[in-house]
Amino acid sequence: MGLDVAFWILAAICVAAAIAVVFVRDIFRVALFMILCFFAIAGIYVTLRADFLAGAQVLIYVGAIGVLIIFGIMLTRDSKRGSPSGRLRPAAMLVALLFLGTMIAVIVGTNWGVASEPSVGPTTSEIATSIFGQDGFVLAFEIAGALMLAAVIGAIVLMRDK
Amino acid sequence: MNVGLEHFLILSAILFAIGLYGALSKRNAVVILMCIELMLNAVNIAMVAFSHYKAAIAGQVFAIFIMVVAAAEVAVGLALIIAIYRHKKTVDAEKFDLMKW
Repeated sequence: MGLDVAFWILAAICVAAAIAVVFVRDIFRVALFMILCFFAIAGIYVTLRADFLAGAQVLIYVGAIGVLIIFGIMLTRDSKRGSPSGRLRPAAMLVALLFLGTMIAVIVGTNWGVASEPSVGPTTSEIATSIFGQDGFVLAFEIAGALMLAAVIGAIVLMRDK
Repeated sequence: MNVGLEHFLILSAILFAIGLYGALSKRNAVVILMCIELMLNAVNIAMVAFSHYKAAIAGQVFAIFIMVVAAAEVAVGLALIIAIYRHKKTVDAEKFDLMKW
């Protein structure tokens, strides 16, 4: 019951912050609303008993990506312009609404066959077993490491003064 | 009203649609990047919801990989935007014409 109330509050914060991201004009406030949205999503992970992912969400999205985006805004100042919409705005609205309608129709119309016993225990060791255990995701993990290295080197090369 | 899998999926769809609208309609490249992050987060919510309600941990592993890709994407994306800003003095996506002819 308490988790249901928490879900509704967090979902409302999440959707309101996301709407603010696309409609507020001041770009710095847009970044702060995005961070609020990420934080509410971390709370939603908690209501789904995904403790490790909630921590990772706060560390990676709220911490790292939030700070990186704010740095990006400060380094590319044309804040007087705000965040205007382009020519595609009506078409984008149409596409987004069509997508939303289709998705909701599909979600409501499908019988998802939920497991009788949703998982409740701590997930960190389960995730570790799933990645590193027998028949796990070790190769994908190594490729993710290589991707991070390539991204870091690529970012340094792009930013270096010639 | 009991919260079930559908609620999380609909929340995920709403967030994805908002991010899609922003990514398609905004002109500031940094805001477009933020909206792409919103879309990736929406997908993560769906992954974690499936993982919880289907009692299958693979969904959370996928969410972790999505986070890794999102972090790499933001690093390279911001580096690209700042490199273009140095060159053209603007972050307006409609004025990026380096690859047009």
